[in-house]
Amino acid sequence: PGHGETQTAPSSAFQTIPNNFISFRRLTSIKQTALDALPGSSWTPLQMNPNLPPERADIVIVGGGVVGWSVAYWLKQKERVRGGVKVVVVERDPTYSRASTVLSAGGIRQQFSLSENILLSLHSAHFMRNINDHLGVLNEDPVDLQFNHSGYLFLASEDVAHIMEENYKTQRYAGAKVSLLTPTQLKEKFPWINTDGVALASYGLENEGWFDPWTLLSAFRRKAISMGVIPCCGEVTGFQYKTNTVSTREGDQVILRRIRSVKVQMPNSLEYQPVECSIVVNAAGAFSGKLAQMLGIGNGPEDSLTGISVPVEPRKRYIYVVHCPDGPGLDTPFLIDYSGVYFRREGLGGNYIAGTSPLEAEEPDTSDLEVDHQFFVDKVWPSLCHRVPAFESLKVSSAWAGFYDYNTFDQNGIIGMHPLVNNMYFATGFSGHGLQHSPAVGRGLAELIIEGGYKTIDLSALDFRRILSHEPMLERNIV
Amino acid sequence: VCLQSLSRCCRHPVLLLSRCLLSSSTVSKAPLHTRLLLYLTKRFYDVEALLTWTSMFKKRGVRKKNAYYGYTGSFHGPHVAAAYFILNLKGGFRYRGRSDWFHAEKFDWDFINHKDCPLEEIDLSYTVINCDGLGNFDEEKSLRTLSLKACPEVDDWFLSRLHVFQDSLEELDISQCPRITIGGLAALRNLKGLKRLDVSSLPRIANPGLVVILLEEMLPKCHVIADGYEFDAPPKEEESDKWKSQRQPKSRCNKCGIY
Repeated sequence: PGHGETQTAPSSAFQTIPNNFISFRRLTSIKQTALDALPGSSWTPLQMNPNLPPERADIVIVGGGVVGWSVAYWLKQKERVRGGVKVVVVERDPTYSRASTVLSAGGIRQQFSLSENILLSLHSAHFMRNINDHLGVLNEDPVDLQFNHSGYLFLASEDVAHIMEENYKTQRYAGAKVSLLTPTQLKEKFPWINTDGVALASYGLENEGWFDPWTLLSAFRRKAISMGVIPCCGEVTGFQYKTNTVSTREGDQVILRRIRSVKVQMPNSLEYQPVECSIVVNAAGAFSGKLAQMLGIGNGPEDSLTGISVPVEPRKRYIYVVHCPDGPGLDTPFLIDYSGVYFRREGLGGNYIAGTSPLEAEEPDTSDLEVDHQFFVDKVWPSLCHRVPAFESLKVSSAWAGFYDYNTFDQNGIIGMHPLVNNMYFATGFSGHGLQHSPAVGRGLAELIIEGGYKTIDLSALDFRRILSHEPMLERNIV
Repeated sequence: VCLQSLSRCCRHPVLLLSRCLLSSSTVSKAPLHTRLLLYLTKRFYDVEALLTWTSMFKKRGVRKKNAYYGYTGSFHGPHVAAAYFILNLKGGFRYRGRSDWFHAEKFDWDFINHKDCPLEEIDLSYTVINCDGLGNFDEEKSLRTLSLKACPEVDDWFLSRLHVFQDSLEELDISQCPRITIGGLAALRNLKGLKRLDVSSLPRIANPGLVVILLEEMLPKCHVIADGYEFDAPPKEEESDKWKSQRQPKSRCNKCGIY
């Protein structure tokens, strides 16, 4: 028998078995399995699903869009002690196929009529100016938002020109750099515009334009995860809460709820994990109303406090990509007409992105994200051609649809705690402006949660209380 | 018993010492740089903290250099404050109505005497001026020339703030600035009085030929200089399809399958 052979057939009784029946590799794996089965090793036959969220967390953020990750980042930024706050972000779709963030046109403007909105956009623009100081991770590539500083251009007809002038005063007072243009000045600046019917135009000079929403989301996510936020892929299907009934001075019964744990269900599975938490942040965007309903908000008699539901619902909006080689050039701003039609330049090859908001009565069905191309031909193209004659020869290359987290009450964001559920915070209902407000909203909510009050911008006017007392804060510049 | 333990104590260090001597003589020491790297790998979080602090201090230095010279302005007026700011950054400038340049290399305090004299030409090449530093020039309504060659902190946000000079600025030189991209060049649309624009050797412009054409279209009265790029020769007839595909935008898009 040779010295080099490791296995030799033992005796004549086993002659029929080939020489390398049990190979060396299989022998070592059998040995390893036997060692694992012995007590003292960490192997168990019942493997835990590694994707489950932790059993306990301090703050659970429902919704992994740009607002959710912004809140997560700022919570970690503002915690006083390293590891002081355990944050879990729950997102049900890691491909973001229906998320409003990535399907948005990506614009940022300060031309609002409410000073809180102006300040939110201004602070978000300042955040994006120094984004690498905030969201830069050591040893990773710097963040490049591809920000186009082309400004927004709002056109007003005769009857809304006075509103535009009042808004201009508010914007200037809040610190936004906007300028008003007469039709002659408008024609001089942008010779491709048809100034028919335009009485006044409002043009943003600084901190306005558009950028890549996916980059902002990834930057927030990367930085938050590097600071210790736990991402979880799952769907919130229920809550466990304690109920307490108190009566007001008038004798009405008010049901106060306090969330004890969030039930997070794994994708395509019945497995779930109840995450015990002290605070839940509702950043679910277009689906926030449905989430609040799981908690019983809105399930009460019509005219009582408990009967008022969260007024956020998804509204489908279309964006069409058009190609027009003779269209306006590099200086094209994000133009918004008084009829509601908007368009902006995309890239350098003569491509533009256009769309409009449909009327209340003609809202499209929100069960899917299919695009209605007839809508472009009927509603968008005529106004576009009227405003920019060069667009008569355009061709539609592509289109997509996305959801607005539409606040049916007054189209402004809802930020703050729910009065009846004392540990649920909302950061939703922005009706198309969630992306541009996200850094500042995240910071405001983190200040509210960790420091107990707003320190940089006072967002108490965007509280839930205005919905309970039926006092809408209308924003007049909604697109 | 006490004496025995004492003798044992005295014996052990001798044993340890002899063992050490024996071990060091048998194993040869690794070279210094390898030992240093092994030491650093055991201290990952310290190294990470040191690197974060280094970058933080560098940024703080740049921020300090770009502070707002309000104190100087309250004594000597905004123009002298702006002039002092430029000299501290090692730049140069020229007052309106005078023909001599004040430069940091030949520093003398004479510039204080020209109170209320606005600046006409500013040269801030190779300095660390950034977006916040432009706040010092808010009162310069008659600025004609601005030279920002090879400034490492000049980026798109800086260009968007240049709209304050839209009536007076005639020459702008932003060549070799490593942070400027096409989004910032779109911000130059407000400078309608610009006569000379130098955008040579900008490393982050992907297709310079197209960008130069678009800039010339956007600013018709302006002469655009763009050296330092390798422009492709116009393609022949059979390559016309490739040229058409090059005209498509380079921007990446994650929405349903366009470009």
